[in-house]
Amino acid sequence: MKKPESVQVIKQRRDAALAQIAEDVPYIQFIGATFERRGDELTAILPYSNHLVGNPMLPALHGGVVGAFLEIAAQIELAWQIHWPQFEAGATGPKAIPKTIDFTIDYLRSGLPRDAYARAVVNRSGRRYASVHVEAWQDNRSKLFAQATGHFLMPPPHE
Amino acid sequence: MSEKKAKIARQFIAAIPHANALEMKIDEVFAGRATMSLPYNKKFVGDSATGVLHGGVITALLDTAMGTAVVSHPQCMGGTATIDLRIDYMRGATPGQRITAKAECYRVTRSVAFVRATAFDEGEAPVASAAGAFTVEGAKP
Repeated sequence: MKKPESVQVIKQRRDAALAQIAEDVPYIQFIGATFERRGDELTAILPYSNHLVGNPMLPALHGGVVGAFLEIAAQIELAWQIHWPQFEAGATGPKAIPKTIDFTIDYLRSGLPRDAYARAVVNRSGRRYASVHVEAWQDNRSKLFAQATGHFLMPPPHE
Repeated sequence: MSEKKAKIARQFIAAIPHANALEMKIDEVFAGRATMSLPYNKKFVGDSATGVLHGGVITALLDTAMGTAVVSHPQCMGGTATIDLRIDYMRGATPGQRITAKAECYRVTRSVAFVRATAFDEGEAPVASAAGAFTVEGAKP
């Protein structure tokens, strides 16, 4: 039987693969979102920053930022799942990012001036289309401040 | 109302940090209709392989234009917040081109404003369309 890979090798490979995906989307850096990985589970994090504010009186996060953050979380989760087998096989280099077809955002509470978190679930991933649901919260995981469902166009295989 | 409200809407947008970060500009605003635009910027790209803007930038522009349309509506007396927003992306925006969103608040009830919007680059075909529901504060009967 093949000896399992060392934990450092696995970690390094997976973290590098995730960093590569995020790097291919410059807009992720603009809003300052990052990803935390536990095995293959991803959590998107949006650290609070003044340039994300939509209502300076409250202050509250901009609705567009909240939508964008959810879209990024959904898109990267899907890209991560699509390309995971290739990463595990040792593939490196840029990978195709799925394109958004539509995205529906449900604003449940106003976004407070603090960090936000999001996790996405791929409900269906076919040959051409995928449906992804994403939930975002701030202080309490059980009190979502926004959720969204979107459809994505799958990238051609081996891209 | 009109001119005074249009001026308020302009000041309102100028005070939004995220609208400034994206260099959004109000091109037109009048009685429930708003046109807003932003320039192409490499920092807002969604796929570095193509240079196409990320959907999130279009979302932010559409949402802001729609909110502005609500605020400028004669029946709305206060601010607004997004309740729900659906965006359809028809095609990628051409890299290097300015994005313009045209929003129309077509119905206002005591508590809810219904809005639709379309985003264009410098070409004829739309890039994205949106439909949303927004809160209404201090509605005029």
